Amino acid sequence: MTDTPTTKQPDPRRSELLAGARAELPIVIGGIPFGMIYGVLALAAGLPMILAQGMSAIVFAGSAQFIATDLFATYTPALIILLTTLMVNLRHLLYSASLAPHVARLPLKWRAGLAYFLTDEVYAVTIHHYTQNKEPTAPKHWFFLGAGITEWLFWQTSTAVGIFLGARIPASWSLDFTLALVFIGIVVPTLRDRPHTAAAISAGLVALLAHDLPYQLGLMAAAFTGIAVGMILERR
Amino acid sequence: MSNTTILLIMIGMGLITYGLRVSMFVWVGQRELPPYLSGALQYVPAAVLSAIIAPELFMPQDTLDISLGNVRLIAGLVAVVVAWRTKSVLWTMVIGMIVLWILQIIAGTV
Repeated sequence: MTDTPTTKQPDPRRSELLAGARAELPIVIGGIPFGMIYGVLALAAGLPMILAQGMSAIVFAGSAQFIATDLFATYTPALIILLTTLMVNLRHLLYSASLAPHVARLPLKWRAGLAYFLTDEVYAVTIHHYTQNKEPTAPKHWFFLGAGITEWLFWQTSTAVGIFLGARIPASWSLDFTLALVFIGIVVPTLRDRPHTAAAISAGLVALLAHDLPYQLGLMAAAFTGIAVGMILERR
Repeated sequence: MSNTTILLIMIGMGLITYGLRVSMFVWVGQRELPPYLSGALQYVPAAVLSAIIAPELFMPQDTLDISLGNVRLIAGLVAVVVAWRTKSVLWTMVIGMIVLWILQIIAGTV
């Protein structure tokens, strides 16, 4: 069994765990500003400190948390907030499907635990490790865990710093605009072909036209329009 | 909204997010999504995020504003170019904010 560490060979679980943490580190450092800004926005939206921090632990999904602060601030009904979370985080279903074959043989408690850490950032380094590292015996789920814990610790800490600073930053700094900027940074590089570009533009247009609909229903209408346009163009 | 309501909504958000992440890890037997679903899913990020971005840029005061006085629109368009060229979220955010601040100073809204 490879489970027993010997003096000559370092524990492979430990080295995988550390490798995961190391791979995640550059990404989480880049993510510190986002965690801080989330903390600032959550306080600005009127959330008490404990709930602002709590959302980072309970939801643990940056973009959904960003949007939720906006929705809480505008007293959006619960159902719309939950539907928006579902739409915004649907991509995690893709991540789950993509990693599933690699974790299929793990015990259920491992699969259930690792799923909690499946953020954009953790997915990015983990799928790379699974597909690039060909060593079949390596316990790669420990890499997944190392990346996940690293991401989690940095996200919680940067949220806390943002909450701490939040009360001290004046509104004239327009930090709320970072939400749009972060999303521009995520979306624009993915517009690599006509269907994706058309999906983005049509969704944006419908969002403007339907902006006055109540309960953020315009967001739903826009999202479904964009998806439909993308799929139709792809088929032609 | 009471704090209890907010907490309950957050727990709901957490369950939805976790449910999506764990779904394929426990869905034993079928490892492939139906093709129409994965076809639709790949357009979700572009569609949803664009639908959030557009009003932030074009309707900063909740009404359509495509004038030069709309500093968020100009800063946002600069950010689109930066995102396209650098493919970096961090650079997009940093340069977008700097442009916004400069425009705000010029427009005298600070």
